[in-house]
Amino acid sequence: MEAAAADILPSGSSQELHVLAVDDSYVDRKVIEKLLKISSCKVTAVESGARALQFLGLDGEKGSLGFDGLKVNLIMTDYSMPGMTGYELLKKIKRSSAFREIPVVIMSSENILTRIDSCLEEGAEEFLVKPVKLSDVRRLMKDCVMRGETEGNNAGRRVDKRKFEDDNHTSSLSSSSSSTPSPPSSPSTTAPFGGDVATSELVSSLPPHSSKRAKFHDGD
Amino acid sequence: MDLVQLQRQLVDYRTSLYHEGFLDEQFTQLQELQDENNPDFVVEVVSLFFEDSERLLNELSNALEQQIIDFKRMDARVHQLKGSSSSIGAQRVRQLCIVFRNYCEAQNVEGCLKCLPQVKHEYSIVKTKLESMFQLEQQILNAGGSVPV
Repeated sequence: MEAAAADILPSGSSQELHVLAVDDSYVDRKVIEKLLKISSCKVTAVESGARALQFLGLDGEKGSLGFDGLKVNLIMTDYSMPGMTGYELLKKIKRSSAFREIPVVIMSSENILTRIDSCLEEGAEEFLVKPVKLSDVRRLMKDCVMRGETEGNNAGRRVDKRKFEDDNHTSSLSSSSSSTPSPPSSPSTTAPFGGDVATSELVSSLPPHSSKRAKFHDGD
Repeated sequence: MDLVQLQRQLVDYRTSLYHEGFLDEQFTQLQELQDENNPDFVVEVVSLFFEDSERLLNELSNALEQQIIDFKRMDARVHQLKGSSSSIGAQRVRQLCIVFRNYCEAQNVEGCLKCLPQVKHEYSIVKTKLESMFQLEQQILNAGGSVPV
C-alpha cells in the first residue's frame, strides 16, 4: 500500500510536505490541489511561472522563503503555459543557488519524447503525463520523501523510512555521524540529526535512479 | 420515486455515460477524490470546466470570424479546452479537440469551421448530461439517502 507523506514523516510532526503547484488552467489547479491535499500536503497553487518565482522570492525581491516562511519541498508545474513555460521555470529554478535542490516535476498532456528528455536533462525529477492521477501523486510523495528533500532547516524530519524505523535513539545516530557535531537531544521528532550528515547518508543509500539527480548537479 | 429506485436510476445513468463514451475513467478519479470534507468537489470542478469551456468556445467563435485567422491563438485555445476536458473525463469533447487541433496546425479554415460547431454540440450534450446526473444526486440526498459510488 502506498503511503501518504504524513505516514512517512515522524508521528507528531506537524510538518507536511509543502508543494508549489503551477498551472494556468483553473480546472487543473483545482484537481492537483485536491490530489495533493488528500495526500496530506500543504499546497500553494499559482497560475504562472512568474507567480511561482514571486512566491519563491526569485523575482528579485528579498528573501529566499515563501511569503510566510514556508519552505517549498516540491514544485509541480505544467509544461505548456503562456508567458513562461514550465520548462523555462524549471531552468530558472535549477540555475538558482537557493532553489536548485527543490525537486521539480513537469506535467504535460503531451507525451513527446524530446520534451521529456529536455526536461529531465534540465534536472526535472519526473515527467507526468496528464491527467495526473492519485497514484502518480502518491508515488511522487514516496519518492520525494525517500530522497530526503526535507533536509536543511527542517532538521528532525526523518525522511528515509528505513532509517526512521532503525533509529530509535538519537544517541545511536550522533555516534555514527562523522563530521557534524550534533548536540545530544531527546528522541523527539524535532531532534536535530544534522542536516548535512543526514543528506550524505541518504544519498549513499538512495535507490539507483538517484544518480540521475547527482549528474545534473555536477553539470551546473 | 422512492430512494432505492432513485439510486438505481443514478447508477444506470452514470454507467450509460461511460458506455456511450461521454465520460472516461478520469471522471471516476475525480469522484474518488471527493470526501466528507469536500462533498461538492466534483460539482465544483465540473462547474469550473463549464465556465472555462464557454469562455474558450466564445473566443474560438470570435477567432474564426476574423478577416485574418490567428491559427496559433486558436490552437492555444483548443489546447486549453482539450486539457480541461481531459482533466474531468469529458472524453468526446477531448477527442474532438484533437481533431480540431490538427486543423489549426494545418491552417485549414474549412476544417476548423466544420469542427467548431461539432465541439460546441458535444460540449452542450455532456453539460446537459452531467447536470442531469447532479440533479439526480441531489434528489437522492434530499430524500435522505447517500449517493452510490
